[in-house]
Amino acid sequence: MEAKVIHLTVNGRAHRALVEPNLSLLHVLRELLGYTDVKNGCEKGDCGACTVILNGKAVNSCLVLAWQAEGAVVVTDTGLGTLEHPHPVQEAFADLGAAQCGYCTPGMVVSAKALLDENPHPSEAEIREALSGNLCRCTGYGQIVHAVQLAAEKMVTAESAENAEEKTR
Amino acid sequence: MKITAKPLPSVELPELRQVGKPLRRVDALSKTVGATLYAGDYYPTNLLYGKVFRSTIPHGKIRRLDVSQARALEGVACVLTAGDLPRAVLVTDMPGQTGQKRRSGSDAQVLATDTVRFIGEPIALVAAETEALAEQALRLIEIEYDPLPAVFDPLEAMQPGAPQIYPPDNVVARWRIRKGDVAAGMAAADVIVENTFSVPYQEHAYLEPEAGVSWVDERGVINIRVCTQVVEHFRSISLALGVPQNKLRIQGTMVGGGFGGKEDITVEIFLGLLAKATGRPVRLAFSREESILAHSKRHPYVITHRTGVTRDGHITAAEVKVISNSGAYVYLSPYVLLYSTGMAVGPYRVENVSVSSASVATNNPFTSAFRGFGAPQVCVAYEQQMDEIARAIGMDPYELRRRNFIHKGDLTIHGQELTSAAWLEETTTRAVAALGDPTPDWGSFKVGQGFASYMQSYGRITWLHDTSQAWVGLEMDGTATIRAGVPDLGAGQISALAQIVSEVLGVAMKDITIYHTDSAVTPLSGTSTATRQLYMSGNATLQAATAIRKNLLERASRYFEELPEAIDLADARAFVKGHPEQSLRLAELVAMCASEGLPLANLAMFKAPFTGPIDPETGQGQIWPDFTFGAQAVEVAVDTETGEILLLKSAACHDVGRAINPAAVEGQIQGGSSQGLGYALMEDLAVEQGRIKAGSLSEYLIPTACDFPETQVIILESGTGVGPFGAKGIGEPSFTPAPGAVANAVANALGVRIHELPLTPDRVLAALDKTGKRSG
Repeated sequence: MEAKVIHLTVNGRAHRALVEPNLSLLHVLRELLGYTDVKNGCEKGDCGACTVILNGKAVNSCLVLAWQAEGAVVVTDTGLGTLEHPHPVQEAFADLGAAQCGYCTPGMVVSAKALLDENPHPSEAEIREALSGNLCRCTGYGQIVHAVQLAAEKMVTAESAENAEEKTR
Repeated sequence: MKITAKPLPSVELPELRQVGKPLRRVDALSKTVGATLYAGDYYPTNLLYGKVFRSTIPHGKIRRLDVSQARALEGVACVLTAGDLPRAVLVTDMPGQTGQKRRSGSDAQVLATDTVRFIGEPIALVAAETEALAEQALRLIEIEYDPLPAVFDPLEAMQPGAPQIYPPDNVVARWRIRKGDVAAGMAAADVIVENTFSVPYQEHAYLEPEAGVSWVDERGVINIRVCTQVVEHFRSISLALGVPQNKLRIQGTMVGGGFGGKEDITVEIFLGLLAKATGRPVRLAFSREESILAHSKRHPYVITHRTGVTRDGHITAAEVKVISNSGAYVYLSPYVLLYSTGMAVGPYRVENVSVSSASVATNNPFTSAFRGFGAPQVCVAYEQQMDEIARAIGMDPYELRRRNFIHKGDLTIHGQELTSAAWLEETTTRAVAALGDPTPDWGSFKVGQGFASYMQSYGRITWLHDTSQAWVGLEMDGTATIRAGVPDLGAGQISALAQIVSEVLGVAMKDITIYHTDSAVTPLSGTSTATRQLYMSGNATLQAATAIRKNLLERASRYFEELPEAIDLADARAFVKGHPEQSLRLAELVAMCASEGLPLANLAMFKAPFTGPIDPETGQGQIWPDFTFGAQAVEVAVDTETGEILLLKSAACHDVGRAINPAAVEGQIQGGSSQGLGYALMEDLAVEQGRIKAGSLSEYLIPTACDFPETQVIILESGTGVGPFGAKGIGEPSFTPAPGAVANAVANALGVRIHELPLTPDRVLAALDKTGKRSG
């Protein structure tokens, strides 16, 4: 089959890319579009380093053919926050030592964000289950779990403050 | 086990402002927001993609190698074989050293000339316009071998007539310790306990596979941007490339996990050769499978202990035999073996000792550094042996250890005096007590608790004459810059330097910028190995910052008309102690110094103790700068129907001397613990006939977030280490006691000991069958 043009929205930016049929979403994001925060750890779906949010759901981008993602909305770690305005998950990971070498971190942060979107009050077991597809060789996961718990608290507090503000308006 | 924590000796650590606080690391936020660029994240224009053609047999002569079709493929820029590199040598001996002559016979082949000795040995290199074309070119390379007899077991490899990999006897290194009179010690014993233990390979499984990019710049300098633990490899890379050392630049990136696996040269020489040959930028990134095939592994060991002991628990003699499997090339096997030899009996005072060790070449994947560097393997053996001795004389395992623990001022088995606190009782009692009462058995599950105590060096072997340099400077606006050739593996290596400068100069962490790991820009700081960076580069940074502080205080003393000792620096100000209203902005003080030509920058060198080598006959002499002491305790439940082992509780206690950043220390201990628990319970590389059977992350299983509960971390601070502010090293020691603790807990649960790791369900069931204890 011939290469074809696919359309993707990544971190709010619209992209067009000419893509061979056998290329993964990971390959397209990293090598064609320059989203190098999406890490390549195994290309087999074993490690989770390439996790992105695809149409609202956390997936291993190495297991998705780019053609299947035609028209999709993709969020990567850099789409969640910046050095100046980090996402609460990113900030909690930094504050609690949840990133050591940092190579698994973008995928781990994305999985944690997807979990908290779905379940704002996860138990420790639910956090561990949600992150079980993201391997980390440095931390032993303890500080990562604590960071997700801290981020959950902060996000719930921030949301209730926002709601209270809306009510008073 | 009922143990209460031993009270701590009183220690007065000075109250500090920055050091000792769990501050956010300087590299943390850029990692969590995905801004950090790793070695595989650079895609310069005009890029070529490199690939490596590797051996598929464990031992053989290359009869025919034909790369003509690969060369002819359109889009292939270059194919290199050994014939294209007449003098290329891969130096595998002790990296980073300056004055050390490398051991004879330790060099390996960059590309195989006529013989391959392990599956995965590099034979040819390709550079092409795309990765797919480079892969296609690999498939066009034709090779025929004449297979040679191969040997995979180190004991077989030592026998006369075995295939020769490392003539004449395949032994790549031997060490011996002879102290006291072992025969007399054994004769004085009431009981002699003998056991043989074996430990397997371990794969580093860092999340970042090896990667890099290379180019030749306008000066003719070959630049290699790479994830490495050793900037100083630029010297041996230049040797392999046939260029002067000042024409080779290593730009190290943040390393996506090292653990020893990026201590040896990985992609660097290949990148340099391809950029030199093509004049174009080249990217080379290993796939996960290639990473597992290409880099070193933790050494498998077979260790036999024969220990004499009196009825009242006094060890009278120890005889230890240690065999490690070095694989097809030497790499760091001799030094890993030295660590195993010097620490073979563990943290115990033994007067009559014989240790005989050998590392043996086989046609297996080569083995080299992995967190602990030979210390964890012997800990697995000596701590199981201690439990077995306790059982043999009917004594509590902790009480046996307590009666034999080594103390400050004692000599090790290699005759080195312990000069820092040896808090073995303090750490061990705390780790064990933290487990609490054992969980009751349930159903087919039997519960057991176990622990392991250890001592382990930090800092390099003292006869290597290790040094580190660091540069610190203040800018005119009161911010600070650090330059140090320190590879950061994720353990917080560079952030610790910032925390030290922040303490000494009163500059906030956010106002410190660090340049690191660049052979052209940063002073050489030595390797990020041997748990040495905080000790060595921390001290160098402390020296440099202290020299600047002296100038600042001298100038401020004239300004305030007070003695320099009466002045302090904090929060970007200089002030008179006890009179904070008498203060000056640091930027103003810097300007005053600058206008008088007082130096505001300093390059410092820290030197470890320099010693001569140990006595080769007796092994006596200083080997290391100092030691860390600690313990880990775990509780397991073993399913006697299925053989499955659940880890229920884990607690680790280490004396880290002084925790520069307690959050980073906790991270090291939790991470080391997890790797050690994985080694004991699940990680199985399964090498058969030289072939790795578990060659991917779906087959080689490392711990996930669901496998183990969090290890409870207890940090003690004796303040007696030789690092900055009394710090000891914890990066590697954090791993060491975990696997032995698991082995002892499983033996405690089952009432039968399994002498091999990992403790797979098959092994558990076989042990239960042997003793008739299997249920169901």
